[in-house]
Amino acid sequence: MQAQFETDYPALAPRFKVGDKVKVRATAPLGHIRTPFYIRGHVGEIERLCGSFPNPEELAQMRSGLPAIPLYRVRFKQKEVWPDYKGPGSDVVEIEIFQHWLEKA
Amino acid sequence: MIERGHHDMGGLPAGKVEPTEHDYPEWERRVDAMVQLLRSGGKITVDELRKNIEQLPREAYDHLSYYEKWISSLTQTLIQRGIISTDELGRKMEEVTKRAGPVRD
Repeated sequence: MQAQFETDYPALAPRFKVGDKVKVRATAPLGHIRTPFYIRGHVGEIERLCGSFPNPEELAQMRSGLPAIPLYRVRFKQKEVWPDYKGPGSDVVEIEIFQHWLEKA
Repeated sequence: MIERGHHDMGGLPAGKVEPTEHDYPEWERRVDAMVQLLRSGGKITVDELRKNIEQLPREAYDHLSYYEKWISSLTQTLIQRGIISTDELGRKMEEVTKRAGPVRD
C-alpha cells in the first residue's frame, strides 16, 4: 500500500495504486478544469499518489472543494499521445490528474 | 457546445518561443502584491483567478499582456466575492481618469 498523506481536511480514499492502468475520461464540461484537453481519452499508468487536495473545479466557484480528492501523477507514452512523435519510444509525459477524471483501463 | 477551452492550447501548433527580458512597471508590481496579499489572507483562491482568466473573451485572452490578464481576472474575482462592487469600481475609474487626464497607452 502506498503512503497516505496527512491532511487537516476530509479526503476521499484513493482508488488506484502505483502501476494501475487508467483511462482519462473524455468529456468537456463547462467550468474550470485542470485536466488538459489533449490527454482526455488516453490510457496511462499511475506513477505515484501526490496527496489529496480540495477540488479546484469547486474552489474556482467559491466553494470548499471538500472532501479533498486524491491527485495522481500519471505517466503516458509520448508515442501513444502523439502518433507522429519522433523521439524514442521510451519517452513519457507525466501529468497530475485528480481521481474523478480517471477510470480503470 | 464548447469542446476545448480557448486557453487549453497544449499540443496545438505554436511556432517558436522567443524569450525576452523586460522590467516590471510599477503597476504590475502592485497587481502582483495585491494578488499575493489577497491569496495569503484567504480572500480569494488561485482557482478563481484561473477561472476568470480562462473566461476572458478569446480576443482579450490573445492580446492582453500577462499582468493585464491578472488585473482583469483579479477585478472580476473581487466583484464576485463582494469585496468591491461594479458601481464602486466604475466611480473610482471616473475619479482616477479625471485626476490623471486622458488615458494614454
